[in-house]
Amino acid sequence: MTNVPVETLNETQQPVPGAPNNWRRFFSFSTDHKVIGIQYIVTSFFFFLVGGLFAMIMRGELITPEADLIDRTVYNALFTMHGTVMLFLWTFPVLVGLANYLVPLMIGARDMAFPRLNAAAFWMVPVVGILLMSSFLVPGGPSQSGWWAYPPNSIQNPTGNLINGQVLWLLAVALSGVSSIMGAVNFVTTIARMRAPGMTLFRMPAFVWAVLSAQLIQLYGLPALTAGAVMLLFDITVGTSFFNPETGGNPVLYQHFFWFYSHPAVYVIILPVFGIFSEVFPTFARKPLFGYRVVAVSSILITFVSSLVWVHHMFASYTPGWMRILFMVTSMCVAVPTGVKVFAWVATIWGGKLRLDTPMLFALGGLVMFVFSGITGIMLASVPVDIHVNNTYFVVGHFHYVIYGATVLGVYAAIYYWFPKMTGKMYYEGLGKLHFWLTFIGANLNFFPMHPLGLQGMPRRVASYDPEFAFWNVLASLGAFLLGMSTLPFILNMVSSWIQGKPAPANPWRAIGLEWLVASPPPVENFEELPIVTAPPYGYGSNEPLTENLSPSNAAN
Amino acid sequence: MNIRLILNLLLATIVLAAISVWMGQQSYAWLPPQAAAESKMVDDLFSFLVALGSFIFFGVTGAIIYSILFHRASKYDYSDGPPIEGNVTLEIVWTAIPILLVFWIAGISYQTYERMATHGPMEIVHLHVPGMEEAYAVAIEDTIDPDESIEVRARQWAWEFRYPDGVTSTELHLPVNQRVHLNLISEDVIHGFYVPAFRLKQDIIPDRTIDFEFTPVREGRYRLRDSQYSGTYFATMQTDVVVESEDAYESWLADASGHPPAESFNQAADEYYQASQKSVIPGWKTIAPAPAPIVNYPTSIKDSQS
Ligand code: HEM
Ligand SMILES: [Cu+2]
Ligand SMILES: [Cu+2]
Repeated sequence: MTNVPVETLNETQQPVPGAPNNWRRFFSFSTDHKVIGIQYIVTSFFFFLVGGLFAMIMRGELITPEADLIDRTVYNALFTMHGTVMLFLWTFPVLVGLANYLVPLMIGARDMAFPRLNAAAFWMVPVVGILLMSSFLVPGGPSQSGWWAYPPNSIQNPTGNLINGQVLWLLAVALSGVSSIMGAVNFVTTIARMRAPGMTLFRMPAFVWAVLSAQLIQLYGLPALTAGAVMLLFDITVGTSFFNPETGGNPVLYQHFFWFYSHPAVYVIILPVFGIFSEVFPTFARKPLFGYRVVAVSSILITFVSSLVWVHHMFASYTPGWMRILFMVTSMCVAVPTGVKVFAWVATIWGGKLRLDTPMLFALGGLVMFVFSGITGIMLASVPVDIHVNNTYFVVGHFHYVIYGATVLGVYAAIYYWFPKMTGKMYYEGLGKLHFWLTFIGANLNFFPMHPLGLQGMPRRVASYDPEFAFWNVLASLGAFLLGMSTLPFILNMVSSWIQGKPAPANPWRAIGLEWLVASPPPVENFEELPIVTAPPYGYGSNEPLTENLSPSNAAN
Repeated sequence: MNIRLILNLLLATIVLAAISVWMGQQSYAWLPPQAAAESKMVDDLFSFLVALGSFIFFGVTGAIIYSILFHRASKYDYSDGPPIEGNVTLEIVWTAIPILLVFWIAGISYQTYERMATHGPMEIVHLHVPGMEEAYAVAIEDTIDPDESIEVRARQWAWEFRYPDGVTSTELHLPVNQRVHLNLISEDVIHGFYVPAFRLKQDIIPDRTIDFEFTPVREGRYRLRDSQYSGTYFATMQTDVVVESEDAYESWLADASGHPPAESFNQAADEYYQASQKSVIPGWKTIAPAPAPIVNYPTSIKDSQS
């Protein structure tokens, strides 16, 4: 069933009877994991642009020391919404979208375990977006308490209205949690139960291991965040006193609820990116993933260790000395499985036959920025250093190197890498390279200056600052505008190549993996006949067939 | 392994180590002046981490750049690289190295933290962690006479300081080379006490009093900033810390106690007032700032901006 021509594809039966089978299916309630995956990716990219717009305005404000471009309340609302949108409406959904598209194909399944649940989880994302955006229209404006929403600051409500930005924010976060839990149940079940014959655990691609590890975190962590959000909602609306010190509540308790999830959440984000790196490097270095088993197992290890480190966000809070030391040690332990992965990627690249196509460029750029953020991460885990730089721009620099440098660059790598598979079209390499260089230079120009700023003592979340900080802030703002521009060649590339790009073969990269054995784009049910897997992934250079019954179609043309 | 490879690796390591040591030395210049005894300890630790981090960063990126330069497939070469899937010795070595490094870094960080002994929240001191006794001993034994400590009151969005003999000010004055004891108190939301030149920071949680200790060692005027986001005018919640000789400090106290309390300049209150005078109020509604502090030693607009 290799190489199904596009014409026959359009005639294939749709899983929901009566569903459209042209481009309109992307706007309807589809239960095909591939359609849902693309729905997630496109929706989240829209919100990436929204969050990016907020960031541009903030960097515009910060190009001068005074608070002169926008009012302070507006600035505070913007950084709150920027963080919330970027995390809950861009990074989480875009990675879930990629996983949705790829996991069933990679493990040889026809769909996710619960297709309708999958669709329902997706459709909650636009609802979350509408809830959040509508808070710009309520009288007091959006929440202004940052994405942590620490009480008692978040409980203060100057308008006195019951429907206010903070309440909408909490509803949105809780709903997004519900959607993610639904997704996590689906992923874990799919990976546990729907693997093709012969697809043992140690024959799963590293990306699938990473998604499994990430989704397990969602299962144990999200209930804590959701509980914290609901308790805070009660404090605000009906005046309970879980966290409100005026009525005997404990605001530090909220911090524990919040970070118990929100630290591991960074691994929900970064693990799939590690998975992307582990797919892209072998393909473009033409070598097996070095130490594949160790890479796979270290994903699971990160899942466990990262559940024991949340207090490192509270070193300067009401945290006694012994607890600071304890969590310092556990936090640093995360560096071990992470370091092992980094070494494995470098060893994969080393001595290979490298091709620097756009996906590879993005993956390499992302890896370099990730290494930098890992080093500043260790500094932050060291209690005395953290006490100085905590809540300064140094932290902002650190996590943007992770979230922009590694995650966004990794996501771009994934989108370019699997674009031919998803659309059946090739993208334009020249535009892709232009996009990479603008992004890489822009991201470093934007986020590197934040480190010296933080070391000098510039606090985060400020609309104005002392003039001594002006120099590095100007550089950061210029970098931000460059980053904003860098999305233009990307959008141009994606739209024009999807419409009129050169048709893509089933396996344009000569990559090894089940998803490359089916046509581009894959037919509705993925596999006419389920593959029988006979070998571990990444058999580059060894000429071992991956399956018994599906042969690589038109490779290397 | 041939001799040549070993020599090359050795050479690379030496160059890398030299660069890293140099980076570690440079790192002192990236930080504000060392105005407290604690800042020296933190800077030494930071310098160590910069040196170690540089070694790792330049090592890893160097290997990547080397591959990009010298391990490229030529245009028409579609063959695969060598099918090397792993190497048990190598994998064990590079798992062991991070483990050792992590414990080394944690050990040095812990020693630094213990020597700083800044107090902070001490609620659960009876839960002894082996090795922490020293820090606790300091904390418990020389229980500071509450009269000797300066009260730091944070509110939206002002700092107010109360000295043992009843003097109040909006600028924090401290005698040089003496261990000072502060009582940190918040009247509304969480604020953060942060003096970059001291490398010290502590959140101030409403409803608790937090003891805080350190030793300023360099005379001068430094910035005290709020470090925990506290609402609309958060960015304006800054003031000066003046470290001066014992004599100057005493005479400042004596002088200030002679002044009748007066209203100080407060940026948040000022901006709020300015905005309320406009016919069209920009932005959204905000919590009204607490009234400007009334103190013996108010900071004038000029002082607060110098
Ligand atoms: C691997 C992906 C990582 C992600 C996505 C990530 C993300 C973040 C984020 C979003 C923050 C900001 C918290 C805030 O807003 O204050 C943060 C802070 C922090 N990160 Fe990471 N981080 C990662 C890796 C690491 C590593 C490897 C370490 C150390 C081993 C680390 C240690 C810390 C510490 C200690 C803080 C707290 C800093 C503070 O609040 O002062 N992180 N990280
Ligand atoms: Cu964390
Ligand atoms: Cu404050």
